Amino acid sequence: MGTETILEVRDLHVRIASRRGIVRAVDGVSFEVPRGGALGVVGESGSGKSMTLRAILGVLPPEARVTSGQILLDGVDLVQLRSSEVNRLRGPKMSMIFQEPMSALNPVMRIGRQIAEGPQVHLGYSRARAAERALELMRRVGIPDPERRFRAYPHEFSGGMRQRVMIAIALSCDPEIILCDEPTTALDVTIQDQILRLLTRLCRESGVSLVFVTHDLPVVAQVCQDIAVMYGGQLVERGEVREVLLDPRHPYTLGLVRSAPDFEYVRDALVPIPGSPPSLVSPPPGCRFHPRCDFAEDDCRVSQTPLRLLPGGRATACLHYERCLDAIAADRGRP
Amino acid sequence: MTAVPAGPAAVTPGAGEPLLSARGVSVSFPVGSPLTARIRHEERLLRAVDGVDLELRRGEALALVGESGSGKSTLAQALAGLLRADRGEIRFDGRLLQASRSRADRRRIQMVFQDPYSSLNPRLTVGGMLRELLRVHHVVPRSQVGAFSAELLGLVGLAEADLSAYPRQFSGGQRQRVAIARALALRPDVLVADEPVSALDVSVQATILNLLRDLRNDLGLTLLLISHNLAVVRHLCDRVAVMYLGRIVEVARTEEIFSAPRHPYTRGLLAAIPRLTESAADDRTPAIAGDPPSPLRIPTGCRFRTRCPLAQPRCQEEDPALAVSPDGGGHLAACHFAFTPAVALNDAEHGDLS
Amino acid sequence: MSAIGAPADAGPASTGPLAAARAQRRAGRRWYRQPALMAGIVILVIVVGMALAAPLLTSYSPITQNLSASLLGPGAHHLLGTDQLGRDTFTRLLYGLRLDLRIAFIVVLFPFCLGTVLGSLAGYFGGWVDAVIMRLVDIVVAFPFYVLVIALVFVLGPGERSIYIAITAVGWVAYARIIRGEILVAKRQDYVTAARAGGLSSLRIMGRHLLPNVITQAFIYAMSDIVQDILAIVTLGYLGLGIPPPTADLGSMINDGQNFLSTHWQLTTIPGLVVVVVGLGLSLVGDGLADLFRPGR
Repeated sequence: MGTETILEVRDLHVRIASRRGIVRAVDGVSFEVPRGGALGVVGESGSGKSMTLRAILGVLPPEARVTSGQILLDGVDLVQLRSSEVNRLRGPKMSMIFQEPMSALNPVMRIGRQIAEGPQVHLGYSRARAAERALELMRRVGIPDPERRFRAYPHEFSGGMRQRVMIAIALSCDPEIILCDEPTTALDVTIQDQILRLLTRLCRESGVSLVFVTHDLPVVAQVCQDIAVMYGGQLVERGEVREVLLDPRHPYTLGLVRSAPDFEYVRDALVPIPGSPPSLVSPPPGCRFHPRCDFAEDDCRVSQTPLRLLPGGRATACLHYERCLDAIAADRGRP
Repeated sequence: MTAVPAGPAAVTPGAGEPLLSARGVSVSFPVGSPLTARIRHEERLLRAVDGVDLELRRGEALALVGESGSGKSTLAQALAGLLRADRGEIRFDGRLLQASRSRADRRRIQMVFQDPYSSLNPRLTVGGMLRELLRVHHVVPRSQVGAFSAELLGLVGLAEADLSAYPRQFSGGQRQRVAIARALALRPDVLVADEPVSALDVSVQATILNLLRDLRNDLGLTLLLISHNLAVVRHLCDRVAVMYLGRIVEVARTEEIFSAPRHPYTRGLLAAIPRLTESAADDRTPAIAGDPPSPLRIPTGCRFRTRCPLAQPRCQEEDPALAVSPDGGGHLAACHFAFTPAVALNDAEHGDLS
Repeated sequence: MSAIGAPADAGPASTGPLAAARAQRRAGRRWYRQPALMAGIVILVIVVGMALAAPLLTSYSPITQNLSASLLGPGAHHLLGTDQLGRDTFTRLLYGLRLDLRIAFIVVLFPFCLGTVLGSLAGYFGGWVDAVIMRLVDIVVAFPFYVLVIALVFVLGPGERSIYIAITAVGWVAYARIIRGEILVAKRQDYVTAARAGGLSSLRIMGRHLLPNVITQAFIYAMSDIVQDILAIVTLGYLGLGIPPPTADLGSMINDGQNFLSTHWQLTTIPGLVVVVVGLGLSLVGDGLADLFRPGR
């Protein structure tokens, strides 16, 4: 791994202890994020995408643990570090943006102070210098009238403004990578548009990498260059975002694309994916998606399905991915 | 299906007179104390819906689209009789509806809510829920309640055995189906669906959307869909009404709204939708800048002027009414420049939006 | 297409592996695994058992006087000795316990019902109904509990009926507040709106849709209320305002025995200890049940 990759996750396993058994929330996930690049991680609820993010940041809930694998941030394996050491990295190296800004911001602390806190703690800035930095960040993220807003409380801001504050906090210590957990899901579409453009512009300007978790496919297309699709705690497809979404190589990705009402491509009927997400305590043998897959064959029920590389930097976990090609061609053939 | 509402199957949209209409409807909520209101120069009333005219024709599927604060949910609840309109009148089939509706009136318009986890009483079984409604309204004779309930569940794709189950035993998608069955139990003429799929996973949304479409075709239901998701709207509805800050700013057939929107807000809304074809490197300015004004401090004149790229001095003085397009075709827009050539030029500027 | 009991297509956030694990842990707290709850249940079983079995455990009468046997110490014929009127202490203890427990379990019901009804009306209808009921609450709450109860019993005269009336008149407010608060929240739930849309009457909505969902909180409060009621009954007895003599009652036993504290301390102390133990048992059970039923979010 050279200096081109800022984050590399290798065979990550996260287990959650529950009364029913061990929940295999993340089961052997690997991906890389290039420096300055943006990776989208998509999946539905229960796919393990949020757990993966939390494992990277080291904020897993108490009943969950990383049981094996490596998380290499700029060459340093986070899994091996003590929590105090990981804490030192939060801010200067990596930071996170959450879905619900109202619960992520301290309601009784003024905004300016919350933004300035990071530089004070991690970078050793004096109060005055940190305040200066906070004002500068507020301007960068487009908060109007920053001098006055500095002393405001979170509840005085609108949802979009709060998300901008979150972005300012995330940028405050000049991190190398920002992890985003559904940052625009709770926002109106016009505000989402503003926030996404802001985020992509800022990251391009400062060379910050992004890991963007969401369930919204077009959003990923707008923000990220690469995409990783998760299902049942595993990675099922990886590749360049437009290629994967327009030309999927895994039946689950195909199913997602077909079942989502798409703004641009109005289909006659939406095709839902039959069945339900797999139990993570006792997942189906072989390929986890096979009970719901149109193309399932005998070997799918039995064989392991690791990610296999395809030409052009893509990867898929499907043993019979060519069937997807036929299906897409048939779709396109329809009037 | 003998026990379900007898409606014309596959009704041509727009072929009838208005089934449900609103004229000058306003819904406001009192807010805060009079003293702070005076200090902050704010109104004491939050005008969630501020003078709305709307027609819902028999058999059609109309979408109410808008972002948070637009008043779409409030308007839907007022139409369904769950909120009181302070001004204006609501008519059903030409007849004026009273503020507190009679039981018979309530049957006509039923609602499906957004959150599947709070819209079903956790203490009642599905069968119990349906039985109560059927009995109170005498929809079918007592002896047939069980059979009718089973048929209702069949309509939405659930099994008769589910009648004895509690809501907690169902998933989100299944709960929405139960909610739809409940709404259909009273054989309504109008089904109001408030963001019926927003709280569901993407792959599950498809089942519910398909279900709504099929029910509409098979039962001849009139559908009022509230949604912020234009892709869903495009899939399901014949006409679209766009709301902003309590007013309707544009109404047109679905395809026209998407191919030739006339109101600057609608254009901005469409441009803001993320698309697969845009790449991450695109750095256009956002479709609509700034935050929406507080509903307590609605701008004078046209309420969209604070964020509108076309704003002129006239917009501050005159509040544009919802005007009909000179081409006919039922396209309405509330903008001084909606149908002027200037807007056509803007089309070229903003590029192809469809 | 449907599978009862097996949550199919998952919904966002509220399902998923983490939420499932948490739900498992909550449901897994079986009642027999809680040590405090079990201790409380054991205590109550013993105490209530003894009270119920009073006629079997002793052959003496609790009220028959026998002056020749007065103030005997504990011995073979009298387990705990006798009081100044020759009545067997152990017998009086059992019968007193029986009476006080019976009153306590009954007396907790009336405020519960009254408070729940008024609280529901206040919470659901709001407006002037709410204002009137809440002002009543304010008036009652302005007085310390015992001051009002004692005053009422004084006016109504001693006896079981007065106790019921007095405690009900004062105790309903806590239930009213609890239920009103719960209803204020619950009535915003969509299923209530759906019931209104379905043309159901307010009464039916309150009774069938709202109350079953909010009543748990009132039950939980009732657990701790019983303890308070027992103490109130004993206090009234001690002050001579409760059940009139010669009926055996823990409070009056404590009062009677005061005069002989230095010589026959058991006359006062044992009934007092019994009250403490009963209160402890009820508290433990109440807390345990509250933990089990507490809505986890």
